[in-house]
Amino acid sequence: MGRADDDAGGSAGRLGQRLRRWVLAVAAVAALCGMWEGYKVLGEATDGTVLGWDLPARYDDLSMPHLTDVVARFSEPTNRGTTESVGVSVLKGAWYTLQLAGLGLAVGIAVGLGLAVLMQRFRVAERGLLPYVILSQTVPFAALAPLVAGWSGRFDVLGYEWEQWMSVSFIASYLAFFPIAVGALKGLQSPSPATIELMSSYAAPARATLFKVRFPSAVPYLIPALRLAFASAIVGSIVAEISVGRRGGLGRLILEYSQQASSDPPKVYTAMLGAALLGLVVAGVVNLVELWVLRNRPLGDVR
Amino acid sequence: MNTPEPATVRAVAVSKIFNPDKANQVDALIDVDLTVEPGELVSLIGPSGCGKSTLLRLIANLIEPTSGELAVNGKSARQARLDQDYGMAFQQAGLFEWRTVARNIELPLELRKWSKAERRARASEMLELVKLGEFANHHPWELSGGMQQRVAIARALSFRPRMLLMDEPFGALDEMTREHMQAELLRICSETGTTVVFVTHSIPEAVYLSNRVVVMSPRPGRIVRVVDVPLGRRDDDTRESAEFFKKITEVREALRGTEGGGDLGPAEVERLRHAGGDLR
Ligand SMILES: Nc1ncnc2c1ncn2[C@@H]1O[C@H](COP(=O)(O)OP(=O)(O)OP(=O)(O)O)[C@@H](O)[C@H]1O
Ligand SMILES: [Mg+2]
Repeated sequence: MGRADDDAGGSAGRLGQRLRRWVLAVAAVAALCGMWEGYKVLGEATDGTVLGWDLPARYDDLSMPHLTDVVARFSEPTNRGTTESVGVSVLKGAWYTLQLAGLGLAVGIAVGLGLAVLMQRFRVAERGLLPYVILSQTVPFAALAPLVAGWSGRFDVLGYEWEQWMSVSFIASYLAFFPIAVGALKGLQSPSPATIELMSSYAAPARATLFKVRFPSAVPYLIPALRLAFASAIVGSIVAEISVGRRGGLGRLILEYSQQASSDPPKVYTAMLGAALLGLVVAGVVNLVELWVLRNRPLGDVR
Repeated sequence: MNTPEPATVRAVAVSKIFNPDKANQVDALIDVDLTVEPGELVSLIGPSGCGKSTLLRLIANLIEPTSGELAVNGKSARQARLDQDYGMAFQQAGLFEWRTVARNIELPLELRKWSKAERRARASEMLELVKLGEFANHHPWELSGGMQQRVAIARALSFRPRMLLMDEPFGALDEMTREHMQAELLRICSETGTTVVFVTHSIPEAVYLSNRVVVMSPRPGRIVRVVDVPLGRRDDDTRESAEFFKKITEVREALRGTEGGGDLGPAEVERLRHAGGDLR
């Protein structure tokens, strides 16, 4: 006994670590806001020239609206004559994008794990597939998007017509599967030879070794992979929405609002803040997943 | 019962060469003949690198011999492994960090499709045996090295295999626990008739536990001598008997002969001495 204290110390240590990270994050955001407003103040005070140097960016309210204006813009109607506020529009858009990204992520995880299991199981598959997995990510995203966008209405999947939103999710999954495949492969290969020998001394079938040893060993490798995949899925969805021309998501809002940049400068930043917020939420979700799945692991794991 | 029971292990002229015909070729074992009868406890002893673990891994069918014949329980080593005829405890504990101590012990039972209740019961029984009852729900990284090793031994014993293959299982234990585990091992063996092949660096341990001590020499690994130890039933007095010391001397002398053959580095000699081998 007496180990229970260590237990508590362990999770308290992990919580303390989280708390410190949060404080740091909030401080960083505050510092960024301070720099933004400070830059404007500096610009106005010096008329754009500091010690003979021209400031690199314009500081007027058109290019850099006050942050208070940006925040205030959230509660105002989207357009003259509409009742929905910008905040609600952005939230709706973020929710829509999150759904498409989530679907893409789910497909990406399934495909990534499937490929990793295949590559771990068969040397030939690893040698044959891994180069293509890596190659897949060197295809410029900008070249891929229009191609996939062209699929809508062109063919059927299981009796359903291929729709625009599927193209968005497809691109998200295309970006998300890669970190999962690579991370999972590394994780599945991580058990020591002695561990594998132990399982073979039990005459354990490959499936038992996979589920009882390889997958649990891969978990610490999958968390950072998941973080990357989630981020890729979100960014991929937003960009794909723009290039595919899909309405309803954050990508579309960013495009629309930026077209109104000259008449309504704070509005541009609302959609961008929405995207940042979505990223934060997603990062938080992954952190919670991490806390949960690694609760029984020693501190200072791979990660 | 006219047919005699087959030998638990029968190795005839078994050799194991790693990386044959390459620059890094190692003649790990050459022409090893070894028979272990059912219920026997046989120890393998010898300087580091003489192929003790390799021989054990051959018997366990974790590696295949380069040449020679190897039968376990009258069948091929592979069939014996598939029939799960043996339990194994390695040099390293090799526990799964994401499983509690109890669930580590349950792993081989899960693979045998035991019910949850049966697994629970056996795991706590085994934990009592290795005196770790109160640690059932702890994780391996919360235990000391010696405690982890005891969990690994409990795991190897959990399904009551007919044969145990143990590779320096007590190396990480303190003297008192070590003697306790030795006594427990002997008790389990005499109660269940389990056959044991036991690798150790400690001469007293080998002599105390074994019916026979197999002395090996390195480079190339081979058996140089087999010392019979007809000490009868072991108890605490055994460790102080004249016969016991005589056997220790006999094994030590056989081991000393291996030193010329093997080129032991100073570090290895040091390690052997600490492991209780006391080569000098
Ligand atoms: N997988 C392998 N590949 C190549 N060589 C190996 C392999 N396993 C063992 N060897 C070599 O075989 C020889 C015997 O090794 P083994 O592990 O059986 O020694 P040991 O007697 O168990 O030593 P120790 O007492 O240090 O555990 C060593 O020279 C080692 O380098
Ligand atoms: Mg060894």
